[in-house]
Amino acid sequence: MKKLLYRHETYVFLAIIVFITVVSVINPAFLTLENLFDLLKSVSLMGTFAIGMLFVLISGGIDISFTAIATVSGYTIAVLLLRIGYHLNIFLVFLIAAVIGIALGLINALIIHNFKMPSIITTIATQNIFYGILMVITNGTWLYGFPVWFGDFATIRVFTFYTKGGLPFGLSIVTVIWILLILISWFILKYTVLGRGIYAMGGNTLSAKRAGFNLFRLTMFVYGWMGLMAGIGSVIQALLVQTVAPNSLVGKEMDVIAAVVLGGASLAGGSGSVLGMILGVTLISLLSNGMTIMRVPAVWYDVVIGLVIIISAGASAYRRKIFTRRKVITEQPSAGGQSAT
Amino acid sequence: MLRKISYFVILILAMVGITILMVMMNGVDFLSLRNLKSMSFQLPELGILTLAMMIAMLTSGINLSIIATANLSGIVMALILTKVFPAGSPLAGSIWVSLFAIFAGIGVGAIVGILNGFLIAVVDISPILATLGTMIMIKGISVVITEGYVISGFPQLILAIGNKSILGIPNPMLIFLLCAGIMAVILNRTPLGTRIYLLGSNPTACLYSGVNNKKVLFKTYIISGIYSGVAAMIMISRFNSAKADYGESYLLQTVLAAVLGGISAVGGFGRVSGLIISLVIMQMISSGLNLLGVSNFMTIALWGIILILVMVFKHILEKLVIKKQAA
Repeated sequence: MKKLLYRHETYVFLAIIVFITVVSVINPAFLTLENLFDLLKSVSLMGTFAIGMLFVLISGGIDISFTAIATVSGYTIAVLLLRIGYHLNIFLVFLIAAVIGIALGLINALIIHNFKMPSIITTIATQNIFYGILMVITNGTWLYGFPVWFGDFATIRVFTFYTKGGLPFGLSIVTVIWILLILISWFILKYTVLGRGIYAMGGNTLSAKRAGFNLFRLTMFVYGWMGLMAGIGSVIQALLVQTVAPNSLVGKEMDVIAAVVLGGASLAGGSGSVLGMILGVTLISLLSNGMTIMRVPAVWYDVVIGLVIIISAGASAYRRKIFTRRKVITEQPSAGGQSAT
Repeated sequence: MLRKISYFVILILAMVGITILMVMMNGVDFLSLRNLKSMSFQLPELGILTLAMMIAMLTSGINLSIIATANLSGIVMALILTKVFPAGSPLAGSIWVSLFAIFAGIGVGAIVGILNGFLIAVVDISPILATLGTMIMIKGISVVITEGYVISGFPQLILAIGNKSILGIPNPMLIFLLCAGIMAVILNRTPLGTRIYLLGSNPTACLYSGVNNKKVLFKTYIISGIYSGVAAMIMISRFNSAKADYGESYLLQTVLAAVLGGISAVGGFGRVSGLIISLVIMQMISSGLNLLGVSNFMTIALWGIILILVMVFKHILEKLVIKKQAA
């Protein structure tokens, strides 16, 4: 029980419960299966980016360029879908997006590792480069009118219910993809040497090196993984809205970072969990969905989201302060605490 | 010492190289008085915002809320100019109203600075997270105030700030030079400046040298907020309007400009002189490509490429210096 109190995730979870209670009291339409599945579908895009960001943050870095990477891969698959769409299938689309994402992510990793550049600087620069060049080539044209099979795939549901009015709803394929990615990530972080290496590198780079971890390979994996998630995210985005607009993602990178940090990942590296990430992303998505349902005027959304970030970050910082003070007074090694689980 | 001078030399060389390149592509016209003047109308907005970013970065922090702050300051200025004293009211257009609006706007910047300072110094939230939160919240407040609309139509006095010249030098440039000068004095000639550099390189050492770290952080973010307010003054004058989401693309560009100018991303190092050169480099690329009719996005891409190239050169140079010292 005491261990639970020390965990950041507990507080985010409580915040979610409180918020859900408030919203459902005001409007019972919130707590319906239909809205839940809708919510899960809309979480999937940000959630996919958040998986990549989680790995980068745990490793002690940050990636600002993932929105530009997603834009490049999204645009490429959109062009291919329009040109040779009927020769492609969904696996090829994901494969192409993944390859582009990983390739651009590896460029980040190479620069960061070889020239010892801070990741924030490198990725701001590469965001400019990827996005700038894409916009020069494409002039920012929107792409739409994809093949029918691409639209059909987006509407696949694993199981289907019907509303009273007869409209179908259910667990979307997009959500299933996201859940699969979460399971893989959880496994990597928790049960593989690779995952432990990422935590070690973020916690203390020098110790990780002395302990025998190959920092080059870890860096390549982390930024490649972020690129992969950006690529997959771009396909999800295209599936959800059936349009590729070059300016729809760049500029939104901070939202994803905020969600992951809200879930307990430290910007200093070394800590963060898949569960926390899911809770953070859920909380952010719940906020806007809940406010819509409570009929809060849209102009207030940013104020509320900003306040939630400040309050939760403040609470977390305050808790950390108390915790370290206690540790200093009793001179005991922490039992549990903010461990990297 | 050698290292610092060397980076400055790289920057100057880059500037000379880009000048030559732009003259080769655009002809001597590139250095015409007219073009120089138009460049010095454009540089100050990004310039002053970069100064606001720089001082936060020197303490090993970052201030993501500068653009949101500038927009809120601009909106407060605009409201005072158009709603509190609407055209036709007895005082409208007078210098006192304009001065009042400007000071109120800059005051808003300072208040946001106090909020950031409180969150970072007292509550102990990491700067990137604290200012991310205030950025979103302050933009939200601006949206609530304006309901997303543009506020426009300012008196001549305000328009003159961004669009007129004194003795042939554009007003925004004069304001920027003044701001840069004050920043240089603060950083190099006052105890606060020394403490900022010390705090940025080693907060623990700074604390044990008897410095009140919290006070320094507070002052840093207040100055950062005030500079955002000054930038707001130029922005509303040049756009002749204020809105909740102007200039959002400036945010990451200020970090880029600061780092290119030699401000260390982990704090403690960097001078105003380097920053000015990096701003000149970026402005020349932007104006040069604009004259050639190349897309604005090419400019953004080139800024990124130049930043990486310069950082790579710096890295190689540092390695050489270390080797020499070892030998």
